[in-house]
Amino acid sequence: MTTSTNALVLEVIDLSLRYQTRQGEVQAVEGVSFNLEQGQSLGLVGESGCGKTSVANCLMRLLPENARLAGGQVRLGGTDLLSLSDEEMRGYRWRRIAMVFQAAMNSLDPVHRVGHQIIEAIEAHGMETTMADARERVARLFRMVGLDPQLMDRYPHEFSGGMRQRAVIAMALSCDPDLIIADEPTTALDVIVQDRILRELKVVQQELRMGMIYISHDIGVVAEVTDRIGVMYAGRLVELGDTADVFRSPMHPYTAALMSSFPSVHGERLPLVGLAGEPPNLIDPPAGCPFHPRCQYADEICRTEFPDRSMRGDHWAACWHPLEAPPLSENRQKQDLPD
Amino acid sequence: MCSPNPENPEIRQILLLMTSTMQTPVATPNQTHAGQDALVAVSGLTKRFPVSKNLFRQPSSFIHAVDDVSFALAPGESLGLVGESGCGKTTVGKLLVKLLEPTSGQIRFRFPSLDTTAGGSGDPVDASEIRSADLRAFRRQAQMIFQDPYESMNPRRTIYDTIAEPLAVQGIGSLMDRVDRVTEILTQVGLTPASSFLFRHPHELSGGQRQRVAIARALVIGPSFVVADEPTSMLDVSSRTGIMSLMQDLAQQLGISYLYITHDLAVARYMCHRIAVMYLGKIVEMAETEELLRNPLHPYTRALLSAVPVPDPAYRRDHPDIRGDLTLPIDPPARCRFYDRCPVATDFCEGNPHPPMEEQSPGHWVACYEA
Ligand SMILES: Nc1ncnc2c1ncn2[C@@H]1O[C@H](COP(=O)(O)OP(=O)(O)O)[C@@H](O)[C@H]1O
Ligand SMILES: Nc1ncnc2c1ncn2[C@@H]1O[C@H](COP(=O)(O)OP(=O)(O)O)[C@@H](O)[C@H]1O
Ligand code: SF4
Ligand code: SF4
Ligand SMILES: [Mg+2]
Ligand SMILES: [Mg+2]
Repeated sequence: MTTSTNALVLEVIDLSLRYQTRQGEVQAVEGVSFNLEQGQSLGLVGESGCGKTSVANCLMRLLPENARLAGGQVRLGGTDLLSLSDEEMRGYRWRRIAMVFQAAMNSLDPVHRVGHQIIEAIEAHGMETTMADARERVARLFRMVGLDPQLMDRYPHEFSGGMRQRAVIAMALSCDPDLIIADEPTTALDVIVQDRILRELKVVQQELRMGMIYISHDIGVVAEVTDRIGVMYAGRLVELGDTADVFRSPMHPYTAALMSSFPSVHGERLPLVGLAGEPPNLIDPPAGCPFHPRCQYADEICRTEFPDRSMRGDHWAACWHPLEAPPLSENRQKQDLPD
Repeated sequence: MCSPNPENPEIRQILLLMTSTMQTPVATPNQTHAGQDALVAVSGLTKRFPVSKNLFRQPSSFIHAVDDVSFALAPGESLGLVGESGCGKTTVGKLLVKLLEPTSGQIRFRFPSLDTTAGGSGDPVDASEIRSADLRAFRRQAQMIFQDPYESMNPRRTIYDTIAEPLAVQGIGSLMDRVDRVTEILTQVGLTPASSFLFRHPHELSGGQRQRVAIARALVIGPSFVVADEPTSMLDVSSRTGIMSLMQDLAQQLGISYLYITHDLAVARYMCHRIAVMYLGKIVEMAETEELLRNPLHPYTRALLSAVPVPDPAYRRDHPDIRGDLTLPIDPPARCRFYDRCPVATDFCEGNPHPPMEEQSPGHWVACYEA
């Protein structure tokens, strides 16, 4: 249970982001709000294009030229990052809030030794004074993410994909952030490597009592590493709750559909239920509830008004007709798949 | 160390003879699951890629991408080929549709239209005997669907051109017949109304729609065997489920057999009657799908299974206890390919060659001395 009295690391309030394109304005993030406590991990899930990376980029304030913040606050320990000057923001980025980018393992500089690149990051943020201290810190970081410190003086091409991803995580941890954002950090990796990195990341996060936002399209991964889970659809956060609650009894029809379209290797072989249609175009999203064109429960109000939050304790969904709490298996229909 | 150059035809002949005489006369894993006459039968299939640093010298090292692999596929059956990246799945797939030639080993097809050259006797045809003229007839029966549909499509060609191309190459039907056929297959793969897709370009479609086009292109000439190389791994969950059930429906309606390549055991569970697990060029275990998942015998299969995250926060799984990372199979030692990472390896494993596939229970094959 997460109903503790921990301090809040992060408050995101009514965040909205637009991208200008030739076709029109993309409503990538729309009125997203959530909190994160110290030492807590929050998963953000949803199909690609639903705005997960855009939320993360807003928190880091690393936005492309064509992006425009259309409102909201990102309060880190009480300070609204969105109202800081670029200069002030530099004191927060990497030191207080760090990120492991999607496909970051390919972003290491091939001509410099891996350890050296991390030391540079540490020095750039004024963390350690002497080279010996900095090397000692890198060695500690390497051990933390399951890398042999002796590999510090190797080049990126001498690392496997999994090792490079660990090095990138070590770099993100190098300035002791309060909050780490991991955007699909294991998506390009094989399952055995993914499994190890996930375990290491979780241990580190808990030991350092860091906040973590874990972004993935794989709900299996999110189920295992997060305390709370937020489901995004068409730029909106549509459901938020304790991971166990959301998995046991999803309230939003989209969440339920997402879960029942995920095959599992363990346990009984439940029939897969597809999710018809495709996510909407965010230049001209549907009126009312953005999920209504694909929702079997949609009625008149769904087509015209964006839903209020329905609450179940501290678990909520933006839906006019939230699901009762049925066991997941009864929710699934038989479909023709080989036996 | 000097290994024989398998690109040399003489040595290839010898290797071929060696592998065929080494074949045990008793049951081999290339019997199909229901014991029917195989549509595709593979034995001792091997592919080595030279690792060459000097253009002017014979390569002295080889990547053993596929090493002595045997299996068979019954008509209408779907066999999953599962393993981590680099284990040789795509190479097996390309060998089976003759996009690559094997270093050694045998592939036999029993396709309806191929046996005309063999006098219509219904005897299986050896892949190595299919040349130029026969190759076109072969392509009518054996097709491949690739992981990234975008790469296998010309961005400047319309969807109609993309799908009709195999018909044109095969010289099937008049122009009007082809339009009808393309419209029909577009409807079958769920791109409706077909008329609204015919003259679009690939970039105007979503990833899921593009993969449907790739499937339509592979199926438009009515193949009996399709290699599907990770056809859903780049898709989102919602389009993935759609493509998975589409491929199953079409297999049933049209009687297609799949070699279904995936790194995802969960996907294989839903798509395949049987699963073969590959590790560094070797098939290490093969069984009917639920049997393999319930009762994995090879330590690698166990590791692979236990590494899959479970979308249920209440479920506690064991974590795999294998060491190290995948390596490249460049001139690997003769012993078990999994030896360096195996949690239950013994001295016997170190001193003996890679274990042979043995049938532990009916239809359940495993290559491990300790299984
Ligand atoms: N730089 C950009 N310019 C225009 N549109 C963008 C840009 N980045 C993302 N988008 C669009 O914004 C939406 C959200 O994208 P993103 O945040 O990357 O989603 P996710 O990470 O969930 O896949 C998508 O419709 C995407 O196409
Ligand atoms: N054309 C090629 N030349 C050299 N090596 C290759 C070639 N194709 C594949 N390989 C190597 O063969 C091995 C198997 O590759 P592949 O069949 O693509 O594996 P998978 O599909 O399981 O990821 C890998 O080590 C790969 O690098
Ligand atoms: S608000 Fe209506 S359309 Fe939207 S998810 Fe709920 S029931 Fe479906
Ligand atoms: S043969 Fe030996 S080394 Fe190979 S998988 Fe079996 S126990 Fe492990
Ligand atoms: Mg993203
Ligand atoms: Mg491949």
